[in-house]
Amino acid sequence: MAVITINDKDVQLAESERLNLIQAAQRAGYEVPHYCWHPALTVVASCRMCLVEVGEKKPDGTVAMQPRVVPACQTPARPGMVVRTNSEKAKAAQAATLEYLLLNHPLDCPVCDQAGECYLQDYSYKFGRGYSRFKEDKIIRPDKDYIGENIALFTDRCVMCSRCVRFTREISGTAELQIIHRGAHAEIDVFPGQPCNNKLAGNVVDLCPVGALCSKDFLYKQRVWFLKSTSSVCPRCSTGCSITIDHHKDIVYRLRPRANPQAQGWFMCDEGRFGYKYINAADRLISPMVRHDKHTLYVGWEEVLPVLRRQVRQAVTEAPESAWLVLSPWLTCEEAYLAVRWFRSLSPQTRLASGPVPVVGEDDRYPKDVHGNPPPLDKTLFTIRAEKCPNRLGVEAILKHYQGTIHSFDAVLEAARRGEVRVLYLTGGYPEPGWTSEHCTALEGVGTLIVQDILPSPLTSVAKYILPGAAFAEKDGTFVNHAGLAQAIHRAVQPPGEARSDARIFVDLLERRGLPHAPALRAELASEIPCFAPLNAGQIGPLGVFLNGEGKP
Amino acid sequence: MPIKPEEVRWVAPPRMGLWERLYIPAVLQGLGTTLSHMVRPAVTQQFPDEEPKLPPNYRGVHRLNRDEQGRVKCVACYLCATACPAHCIDIVAAPSPWPDREKYPEIFVIDELRCIYCGMCEEACPVDAIELTTLYDLTGLTRREMLFDKEKLLSVYDQTAAAGTDPPRTRRGRLGPASEPLVPINQLGPSSGVGANAAHPSDNRTDSERAVAAKASSEA
Ligand code: SF4
Ligand code: SF4
Ligand code: SF4
Ligand code: SF4
Ligand code: FES
Repeated sequence: MAVITINDKDVQLAESERLNLIQAAQRAGYEVPHYCWHPALTVVASCRMCLVEVGEKKPDGTVAMQPRVVPACQTPARPGMVVRTNSEKAKAAQAATLEYLLLNHPLDCPVCDQAGECYLQDYSYKFGRGYSRFKEDKIIRPDKDYIGENIALFTDRCVMCSRCVRFTREISGTAELQIIHRGAHAEIDVFPGQPCNNKLAGNVVDLCPVGALCSKDFLYKQRVWFLKSTSSVCPRCSTGCSITIDHHKDIVYRLRPRANPQAQGWFMCDEGRFGYKYINAADRLISPMVRHDKHTLYVGWEEVLPVLRRQVRQAVTEAPESAWLVLSPWLTCEEAYLAVRWFRSLSPQTRLASGPVPVVGEDDRYPKDVHGNPPPLDKTLFTIRAEKCPNRLGVEAILKHYQGTIHSFDAVLEAARRGEVRVLYLTGGYPEPGWTSEHCTALEGVGTLIVQDILPSPLTSVAKYILPGAAFAEKDGTFVNHAGLAQAIHRAVQPPGEARSDARIFVDLLERRGLPHAPALRAELASEIPCFAPLNAGQIGPLGVFLNGEGKP
Repeated sequence: MPIKPEEVRWVAPPRMGLWERLYIPAVLQGLGTTLSHMVRPAVTQQFPDEEPKLPPNYRGVHRLNRDEQGRVKCVACYLCATACPAHCIDIVAAPSPWPDREKYPEIFVIDELRCIYCGMCEEACPVDAIELTTLYDLTGLTRREMLFDKEKLLSVYDQTAAAGTDPPRTRRGRLGPASEPLVPINQLGPSSGVGANAAHPSDNRTDSERAVAAKASSEA
């Protein structure tokens, strides 16, 4: 155990730990301002924001400080080191760096999208001066909205930290961004005609510590201080990136990655980042509907659920083998569990199947090499998976526990074609309607078709009962990613109209009292199904828990 | 913090003497006050038959100022909406159609019924685009009518600017204090002397004018 002194506090370092002084100071509770250093990127020590004083404790107990300040990001913490992050010299160096960074900065915070979460604002407030001594005219450079399909560059606001450039070189491997010109004229730019449109490009907006790179999708939509943040999991592929949902007044404005070394690391892909819009879609299903011949009628939940329950129970009593429940891989584990509990309570012979699992292409691994080829597996830093759903493993684990085998969706279609399906309860939740008109024709002979979904599809125009469910941002629960990591999702916004979370619908069908409470359901699931046992506390923390006992947090 | 018993001081009402206990003198005194008002000049203003005389810094209906090219001056920064304690300002921003600006308000609505006329929006605005005018006789037949949109608020500007009833606080035609040269703290005079020879943000005299004024005042 080595000890290093930060200001007046001693910090313990484990033998194997390799921290720089920013991280060591963080451990002591001191903030060292920094722009260019980011834990996921290489160290360049170019912004000089993190200057601190260092010295050493001599054997005779005296402390010898070096006469110059050094960048904390580039200085490894060594045993016996003495670091001053808030001495007069360090503070003067930090204030001077900020003053230089602000020389040509437009300070248009009122119209800057970053204001409120800007490190230039925060550091100026904490470490800088309250005024400017600069009398000359500022250099004004035109904004570049050609940087990328989803990215705009406000050139003036850049502090030249090069985080964005290093991201495209080190993490995406696509190297679109570069610094052109030198000195005070340096600018971020792309090669002519080669915009930054790689599938991870949106991350440079989060990496940018100031308002230089902005997301075109979020631009001017909302001021960040109005946004509320809810932690969740991206549902667009089975990597299951940890994310934060930023929302205001029941509208989702943006998704941001949340660092989780167990899931994806620091970043998320653009497909997920911008793939939330279906939540706000205008044509969401908003009320339960019942079909009478050619017409559908909007009905209330209190009317539809008892009728539906009675009709399903009667069909199951007559022929339990011809009642099918299809669990979509978009359901949370709790919802799938409740659904199975309800269906199996009618008769143990009812059939359970998994819904269609969308797979698009192959796993997409980063960083790409110069030819655009994926890296070897052990050098992979980020993977966009081909399986475009969040919870196949979780739903399959439940199906396996209750039925032993898992019937695929094709088996359901096959049985329907043979006319062996009297009741079919389909759960959906796919962002692009998962159901096609072929499914429709195959399911023509189904006696009672119940569709629980979020968006209209060919199936909702033939189903007998249509129940509006909730999208991932509208419910609580657990998703299990490709590696068996169970992560919690939390409700950020209300489902539209009369729509309800799927868990609530199943709780009502089960005739349980009250509303579903995710931690309680999670604990119940853990005690019922052995492979979910690691969830037994009900609370699985912000980073999630591996179901297969791997990689303890 | 609870009050300690030893901090409580009990005060007994003064005892009434004979004069007070007669009551008649107090009644007559009261009647005297009433009667004296009958012969004094009346101060009542007969609103609405008579226009009331309001102080010029009265805070009434908002206006959205125009810049020198007649465009809405607001840059859609939402700072007024952030400052507003009544949450009555709704803004939808959009990229501005003009090359010299990033952003402008596509929609700007103030719920004049919900507003408490505190003037915080005016204080918050970095470009002095929103101001409270002296218009007070605000009526409408429906609640919807009292939601003032951008056009309505700009028309209040046109009306008040034409009538010459700019609020005395107005900075119309000038940029906000934030855009004016600031004097570093260490060059400001002693705190009592700020008005004398240092540039207060609202002081738009040149340095030499200010020096002359300071000299004159010190000689006086
Ligand atoms: S980058 Fe930061 S300091 Fe610069 S204008 Fe934007 S919010 Fe203000
Ligand atoms: S654009 Fe942002 S991330 Fe890139 S160098 Fe400039 S400040 Fe850094
Ligand atoms: S005057 Fe006060 S209450 Fe009315 S809009 Fe302005 S800030 Fe809001
Ligand atoms: S504070 Fe001023 S500039 Fe900002 S939105 Fe309100 S009126 Fe517009
Ligand atoms: S963070 Fe250390 S020099 Fe930039």
